Amino acid sequence: MSGSVDDVEASRCAGDPHGIDCDEAVHQLYHYLDGELTDDRRREIALHLDLCEPCAGAAGFEAELRQVIANRCRDRVPDALVRRVADAIQDEERRHPDSA
Amino acid sequence: MANQAQFADLAMEYMPALYSAALRMTRNPSDAEDLVQETYLKAYRGFGGFSEGTNLKAWLYRILTNTYINTYRASKRRPEIADVEDVEDLYLYRRLTPDSGGDLGRSAEDVALDSFTDDEVKAAIESLPEAFRMAVMLADVEGFSYKEIAEITDVPIGTVMSRIHRGRRALQKALHHYAESRGLMVSASAHTAS
Repeated sequence: MSGSVDDVEASRCAGDPHGIDCDEAVHQLYHYLDGELTDDRRREIALHLDLCEPCAGAAGFEAELRQVIANRCRDRVPDALVRRVADAIQDEERRHPDSA
Repeated sequence: MANQAQFADLAMEYMPALYSAALRMTRNPSDAEDLVQETYLKAYRGFGGFSEGTNLKAWLYRILTNTYINTYRASKRRPEIADVEDVEDLYLYRRLTPDSGGDLGRSAEDVALDSFTDDEVKAAIESLPEAFRMAVMLADVEGFSYKEIAEITDVPIGTVMSRIHRGRRALQKALHHYAESRGLMVSASAHTAS
């Protein structure tokens, strides 16, 4: 099997000739990875990914990329901000003691 | 009905996530700190009306988003209407995969993914127009569902979906730009040589 998604995209997929084609699998990939498909649709895509190596490679990459984005977008909260917020809430508690 | 005395115990743990989101929204540490403080104060005042059992994190994000829109974007009366260009599916993957395919390809992609720095990923997200930036951040960094994002941003779910998908592809193009500027697009040969 060829290693490129492009090779199989335009025609029936050699790995999954009876299922959905690669183009459709790729278009549904975000919905699939987001867990936003119906059960039937999800099974179709999952089966295709099991049978089609290029699409599975692409899906693996997209999933990993998302992990990288999530991991690289963390920021350390300044200690001063934690104190500021805690102080602001305490002030608010003092001002409106009944509401607590 | 939630008890205000429980507020700090329940809500403080979300501060790192809220602060990161505030930074991506305001793109300015001082505004981000003010935004987070204001969000917590409003949440504390409104906590009595928060119904237990609903998603506290999503509720806090909704307050953060509304506060950002109402206060920090006050100068602009209407939301940014900037659009992203249409970018094809698998933009980054196709450019990172060597033509030859095979086993080496897997490693070359991993090397490229690992090479992105925090600053590059943050800058790439911050380069997206606001509506796309928020949708991608809420989905991919915070892991909210389409429905939750629709509720947080008060936008129809179909619009949310389209913003997430198109925003992600635009993000891939921005990341590709960084990889390219570091000469990473020849990573297949660089990897073989190392």
